[in-house]
Amino acid sequence: MTDRQIVIPGEIIAENTEALPGENTIKTEGKIIAQKYGLAEISDKLIKVIALSGAYVPRRGNTIIGEVENVLFNGWLIDFGGAEKGFLSLMEVPMYVNKDGLEEVMKIGDMLTAKIWNINKRGTDLSIKSRGLGKIEGGIIVKINPNKVPRVIGKEGSMVNLIKEKTGCNLTVGQNGFVHIKADSLEKELLAKQAVLFIEKNSMNNGLTEDINKWFEENKQ
Amino acid sequence: MTEFKRMDGRKLTEMRPVAAQVGIIPNADGSAMFKSGKTIAYAAVYGPKEHHPRNQRNPKKGTLRCRYNMISFSVNDRIRPGPSRRSTEISKITEWALAPALMLENFPGMVIDVHINIIQADAGTRCAGINAAAMALAHAGLPMNDMISSVSAGKLDKTLVIDLDKAEEDFEEGEGPTDIPVSMTHSGKVTHLQLDGKINKEELKEAINMAKDACEEIYKIQKEALKNVGKLIEGDKK
Repeated sequence: MTDRQIVIPGEIIAENTEALPGENTIKTEGKIIAQKYGLAEISDKLIKVIALSGAYVPRRGNTIIGEVENVLFNGWLIDFGGAEKGFLSLMEVPMYVNKDGLEEVMKIGDMLTAKIWNINKRGTDLSIKSRGLGKIEGGIIVKINPNKVPRVIGKEGSMVNLIKEKTGCNLTVGQNGFVHIKADSLEKELLAKQAVLFIEKNSMNNGLTEDINKWFEENKQ
Repeated sequence: MTEFKRMDGRKLTEMRPVAAQVGIIPNADGSAMFKSGKTIAYAAVYGPKEHHPRNQRNPKKGTLRCRYNMISFSVNDRIRPGPSRRSTEISKITEWALAPALMLENFPGMVIDVHINIIQADAGTRCAGINAAAMALAHAGLPMNDMISSVSAGKLDKTLVIDLDKAEEDFEEGEGPTDIPVSMTHSGKVTHLQLDGKINKEELKEAINMAKDACEEIYKIQKEALKNVGKLIEGDKK
């Protein structure tokens, strides 16, 4: 059983402990000190702090939803809410694109799902070479706090699957806090949107799955 | 020496009633309010984000950019809006006071913007601003070594006091007022110290020690406010 509590930067989480410092913590003289504002998870072996707020920090392998900000001569510039823009190269598009016809594939203002395949000094490189990635057509997009994304996805996707099942929508959750919802009717999409916002609002609760089940019973047409 | 009486009847080491609230500006990445007596400061943090203009970018570590602003209605006589000589200086001071706590090396080439607005001023605005900004930075989820608390110590004639208000800053008897704003981390490292007036070495040391005790009290409020986002936390009334 792990213990959870909110900690602030510089706060001593544990003293004279054998546990190892995990994410966002540092160990000095046997004390484990938090380096970020967040939820501390304390177990015998590892102590880590899960961030509760803040801007999205891109990581390699993340799936993100972004907007085309500019069309360049060899690719697209994508804004996904991070500190830097992402670059989607022509090489990472799994189809033949005419050098003069980049705008025919995606133009400024289009939304797309992409994967971060590399982060280096020069910037963030995106790819749409896997299944389920590419330009988004139809549906609605909801913006949530990127730190709440793990709760919306749930353990091994349990929460997303629950929403999919209950509403009959197709959901894509970007790690940067954008959620794409698509269904055959607007009512279903709006219900799924409300469900996602409900999870964001109540993400701190224990037993969230029960709450969301109850919520669906109350809100089902 | 006769017993010194403060104008508002506080004890020498007693602060004005403080209050704090975190998460007051929904659109910011992190935000906080800090209130000390009649002084109210709002702080909002945006970032880390792309640093513009590009030529000011630091490829080694991130940049902290503060903007201290007094709203035109914050004092009795309306002040001209916009940056002034005084506000530019306090902005820079705030940057220096906060930067040691932040782990800026994690954000090369990026900038973190801190906007501090003084809604109501009754002396000690830079301290209130730093307290609010420190909470807002933590709320924005930025990696930090420690929390920063700030308070102004002072000397009225020959008596050391803590947390001067405007009436005391204008005190003209004897040696007059001395104002010493101090910011420090929770572990007791001083990140910012200013001194305006006359004071000798021993008294300065004592004043800093008094500030240390007051900062401990402020730290408790900041901690409580961060643990209860959206709730107004008030200090105990004496």
